[in-house]
Amino acid sequence: MNNSELAQILIRAVEEADSSERLLDAVQQLAAAGIEESVPTLIAALGYNNPGAAVAAVDGLIAIGEAAVPPLLELIDDYNYGARAWAIRALAGIGDVRALDTLFEAAKTDFSLSVRRAAARGLGTLRWHQLPPEKLESVQTQVLEALLLISQDSEWVVRYAAVTSLETVAIAIAASLPDQASRITTQLQQMLDTDVDLGVRTRVKFAQDKIQQQQHQEVFAPKRKLQETEVPHRGAGRR
Amino acid sequence: MNPSLKNIKDLSVTVDNADGGSLTVEEAIANLESADLGLRFYAAWWLGRFRIGEPAAVTALIKALEDEADRTPEGGYPLRRNAARALGKLGDRQAVSPLIRCLDCSDFYVREAAAQSLEMLGDPVCIPALIKLLAVGLQGEQLISQPDSSQPYDAILEALGTLRATEFAPLVKAFLEHPIELVQYAAARAMYQLTQEPVYGERLIQALAGEKLQLRRAVLADLGAIGYLPAADAIAQTLAENSLKLISLKGLLEHQVNHITPSTFSEDAIKVMNLMDSLL
Repeated sequence: MNNSELAQILIRAVEEADSSERLLDAVQQLAAAGIEESVPTLIAALGYNNPGAAVAAVDGLIAIGEAAVPPLLELIDDYNYGARAWAIRALAGIGDVRALDTLFEAAKTDFSLSVRRAAARGLGTLRWHQLPPEKLESVQTQVLEALLLISQDSEWVVRYAAVTSLETVAIAIAASLPDQASRITTQLQQMLDTDVDLGVRTRVKFAQDKIQQQQHQEVFAPKRKLQETEVPHRGAGRR
Repeated sequence: MNPSLKNIKDLSVTVDNADGGSLTVEEAIANLESADLGLRFYAAWWLGRFRIGEPAAVTALIKALEDEADRTPEGGYPLRRNAARALGKLGDRQAVSPLIRCLDCSDFYVREAAAQSLEMLGDPVCIPALIKLLAVGLQGEQLISQPDSSQPYDAILEALGTLRATEFAPLVKAFLEHPIELVQYAAARAMYQLTQEPVYGERLIQALAGEKLQLRRAVLADLGAIGYLPAADAIAQTLAENSLKLISLKGLLEHQVNHITPSTFSEDAIKVMNLMDSLL
C-alpha cells in the first residue's frame, strides 16, 4: 500500500468516526502517519470541538511542517474561534515566517483570548533564519513592537504568552539590536512592578532570570551564535 | 438545568464574553429598579462582571436578593441568582448575612449562588448555615440512603473547604461516596483543603482520566483551586482545552510562589512554568 492509499483509508476512518473516542483514535492515527495529503482533514479536525482530537491534529500538522503552512493560512476558520486557536497554535509550532501577518493580526485584534494567546506565543517561536538577512532586523523590530503592545492585553494568559515571547526575542536580538533589547528589559521590569496577576509576575521574573543568564554566557562565550542557543522548544509536551 | 453544567457555563462567560455593554455605573445601579426585568437582570450581572464595589451598588444588590418581581415559570428567582453571584465578586462583607439568608431560598440556584459567593467572601461565620444545608443529605455522618441532589452539595462542600471548616471534615468526607461524580470531586477537593492529605489530591488526578469532558473540566478547576502540585503532568496531559489547563496550572504555580514574587524559583515552580509555556 502506498502513502496515498493509506491516507485515504485513514481519512475515511476520521470521516466515519461515530463517537468521540473513535474520532480521537482516528485523528491520532492519521496525524501519526504524517502524510501531506491528510492536511485538510487534520485542519478540519481542529473544528470538531474534541480537544483530544485537536491536540493530535495540531501535533500532526506541526510534524508535517512547512507543507502544512499554506493550507493552514488558507483554511483558517473565521467563524469558529476554537478551531482558529488550534490553527494558530499549529502555525506557532511550525514557526514559518509566512504566517507572520496572520499572527500579527490574530495577536492584536482577535476577540478570542485563546487565539491571541496562541498568536502571542507564535511571535516568539518564529524561525528567524528563514528571513533574508537584510529584512531580519526590521521584522524583529516589528515583532517586538507587536509584543510590547500585546503584553498590555486585558487577559492574564495573553500577557503571560507575550512574556514568553519577549524573553525569546530579547535573547535573539541581544547582540544585534541591543537598544531594542533594552526596551524589552524595561517593559518586563514594569510588568514585574505593576502587573495585577501573580502568575504573570512570576513568569516575568523567570524571563528576566533567563535573559540574564544568557547575558552571562554571552560574556564568557562571545562567539556563540545567539539565535541557535535558545530556540524555544516545540517538541514535547504540547498537550 | 443540570446543576453540574452550570459552573462550566459560567466559566465560558468569564472567559469569552468581554462585552461590557454600554452601561455606566449609575445606570446599572438605577437599572436594578427598572420596570424592565431584563434590564434588572443584566445590571446585576454587569455590576459583578466589572466588579463595581461601591456602597450604592452593594446596597442595591443586597436589596435585589429579596426581589419578588422576577420569577421563572418554575418559581425560580433569576434576579436574586444574579445578585447573589455579583455580591461574591464585590468582596463586601455586608453581604454575608443577607447571603446566609439566601441559603433558605426555595430556588436551588439562589442557594447555589449564595454558597459560592459566601466561599468567595471568606467569612467563616456562614459555616453553621452551610452545615445545616449539607446535613439535608446526611443521617448522622452517613449519606442518606436515597441519592439526593436537592441541595447544591458541590458548592457547599467547596465553600467548607475554602473556609477551612476542619471540625466538620467527617461530614464532608461522607460525600466522597455521593452518586454524582461532581459532588465526589467537590468533597475530595474540600477534604484536601481540610487535611492536606495527598490521597484526596490523587483522587482528583484519577478523575482527570475519566470519560466525560465536562467532568475533566471541573476537576481542572478543582486542582487549580487547591494548588495540588503532583497533578502538574496529569493536568498538562488530560484531554481538555488548553485554556482550562493553563488556568489550573496557574493555580499550582501561584500556590507555589505564595503571593509574593520569588527571588529564586523552586524546581517545581520551573516545571509548572515550562508546562504552561508548552500549552500556550
